[in-house]
Amino acid sequence: MSHDTLPRRPLDAPEAGVTAATAHRRRHWTRRPNPLAGLGSVIWLVVVIIPIYAMISTSLTRQDESLGNALDPPKHPTLDNYNTVLHSGFGHLLANTVTVAAAVVAIVLVLCVPLAYVAVRTRSFWSGAAFRMFLLGVAIPAQAVVVPLYLMIAKLNLYDSLLAVILPTAAFAMPVSTLILTGTLRDISEELYEAMALDGASPTRMLFQLVIPMSKGGISTVVVYSALQAWNGFLFPLIFTQSDGPRVLTLGLFNYVSEFGVNIPALLASVVLSGIPIFAVYLVARRALVGGLMGVGGK
Amino acid sequence: MSSTVSTGTKGRPGQGVRAGRPHAAWALPGVLFFAFFAIAPMALAFYLSFTSWNGLGDPEPAGLANWRKLFNDPRLTQSITVTVLLTVVSWTFQTVISLLLGVWAAGRQRNRAVLSAIFFTPFLLSSTAIALLFYSLLDPNFGIIRGDTFGSTSGAFLAIVFVGGWQFIPFHTLIYQGGARQIPEVLYQAAAIDGAGRYRQFFSITLPQLRNTATTSSVLMIVGSLTYFETVLILTQGGPGTDTAILPYLMYEAGFKSYDFGYASAIASFLVVAATALSLLLVRLTGFGAMRSTREGM
Repeated sequence: MSHDTLPRRPLDAPEAGVTAATAHRRRHWTRRPNPLAGLGSVIWLVVVIIPIYAMISTSLTRQDESLGNALDPPKHPTLDNYNTVLHSGFGHLLANTVTVAAAVVAIVLVLCVPLAYVAVRTRSFWSGAAFRMFLLGVAIPAQAVVVPLYLMIAKLNLYDSLLAVILPTAAFAMPVSTLILTGTLRDISEELYEAMALDGASPTRMLFQLVIPMSKGGISTVVVYSALQAWNGFLFPLIFTQSDGPRVLTLGLFNYVSEFGVNIPALLASVVLSGIPIFAVYLVARRALVGGLMGVGGK
Repeated sequence: MSSTVSTGTKGRPGQGVRAGRPHAAWALPGVLFFAFFAIAPMALAFYLSFTSWNGLGDPEPAGLANWRKLFNDPRLTQSITVTVLLTVVSWTFQTVISLLLGVWAAGRQRNRAVLSAIFFTPFLLSSTAIALLFYSLLDPNFGIIRGDTFGSTSGAFLAIVFVGGWQFIPFHTLIYQGGARQIPEVLYQAAAIDGAGRYRQFFSITLPQLRNTATTSSVLMIVGSLTYFETVLILTQGGPGTDTAILPYLMYEAGFKSYDFGYASAIASFLVVAATALSLLLVRLTGFGAMRSTREGM
C-alpha cells in the first residue's frame, strides 16, 4: 500500500492507513525496495570482495603458477605458502603484537578512566585545562613527533625494545579514548552520585561501584580502539626497533617484501595470516566492536 | 528518599556534594604520561629544527639553516599540494560512499548481518597488510590491473586514494549507520503522510539530521589522511619521482633515509602547526569541548 494515494488524515485519527504504518514498527524508507541503493551496495560489495578473493586464491597458488591472472582460481591449491610463512617466525611476530596490544590497552585504561572521571566530575580550572589538552591532542599525528621521540627513546635506553613501541602507542591512543570515556561518563545521572554520597561513599568507591560498572560500553569501545591502534601500528615499530627480538607483525609483513621478493603467493599468505587473529576476535565480539564504533557517529 | 537532595547539575560547594568528587590530582598520571610522550616531543621538534643532527651524537645548533632550506625546497610546495589534494579527493570519495552505504545499512535489509560482515572485512586488516595486498594486486606482471599503475603520477595518486577508501570506508559507513539509526522514526512518518517521496525524505530529513555525524566523520577522515604514511611508503615510496611524497613521507625521507634530522624536524614542526589548526577546528565544529551529555536532546 502506498502512502502517496492515501487521502490526508489528522495524525490522531485511528484510521487504517496511518496505524498500519506505525504498527509495523519498521523504518518507512526500507519497507519498499530501494533499487538504486541496492545496486550501489552490490557494486561496493564487489569492490570489497574482489581483492579479498584474489588475495586468498593467490595465497593458495603454487609459486611457479602464480604469474597467471590473479583472478584465476588456483589450479593446484596448496597450503605450502602458509607453511613457508609459519616457519619464518610468524609466531614470534604474533606474540610480540599481542604483548604490545595488551600492554597498550592496560596503560590506556589505567590512565584514562580516572582522567575522564575527573574531567566529568571535577569542576576546577586544572581539570578543564587537562581535558582541553587531550582535545587538542586528538589531531597530533604521530609523524610530527617521531624524530624527537627517537631522540628521547634513545636517551632513555629503550631503543629496540617492546617498551619503545608500547609507551608512545599508548600515549597516542589516549586522546580519543579520553573523549569516548567522558562521553559515556556524562550519561551517568547526578542522582546516582548523590545517592552514593548520602551513603558516605568516597570518590574511590564511586569509581569502582558506580562509574566503572555504568560505563562498560565506553570502556569496551576504548579497549577495541586502543587494541586496534596497537595492532595496526607501523611507524613506531619501524623507527624504534631494529632487531628480530622486538619485531611486531606489521613490520614483519613489511620485511617479507624483501625476504620473499617476487614470491607473491607467500607474501599474500602472510597478509591473510595477519588478519586471521583479529577476524577471530571480530567473530566473537562483533556486537561490542561494531556497536562501540557505531556510537562514535551518534555524538 | 533522595528528594531532599538538590538535583541541580552545578556542583554546590556544600560539604556533602564535594565529598563525592574526585580530586583533580587523579588526572595527573595520565596528564604527565601524555605530556611526556606527545606534548614534550612537539616542543622538542621545534627545538631540533634549529639544530643539525645526524642521529648519532648530540644535536648541534644550526640557527635558521633548516628553515631556510625548507622554504627554498621545491619539494615542500609540491608535498603540501599533494597532501591537500589527497585529503580533498579522499574526503569526497569516502564521504559520498560511506554516507550512502551507511544510510542504506541502517535499514533492515534481510541479509544485513552477512553483508555488514563482508563490508567490514577490510577494516580488520592493518594498513600495512592492505598496502601489501594492493602492492601485489597492482603488480605490473601479476596484478588484476596490468600496466604500470605506479609509474604514472595520476595512477599512483589514484591508487593511494582508492586503497585509503577501501580501508576506511567500512569504518565511516559504520559511523553513518549509527547516526542514521538515531534519526527519530516519527520524522519519516510525518513526511510520508505529507506525501514526501523517498528522495525528498533523504534530502530534507536524513541529510540535515546527519549533520553532526558528518562533522565527526569528516574530521576523523581529514586527520586520518595526514597519516597515509604506510600506504605511501609501501605502494609508491613517494614516486614516481616525488609526485606522491606527502608531508609525513617527506619528513621520513629527510630524517630516516638521509639522516638529516634537523631538516626532518623543520618539516615535522610544519605538520604540528597543521595538526593544531585541524584540532582547533575539531573542537569548534564538533562541540566535543562542551560538557554535554551525548543523550541530550534525544
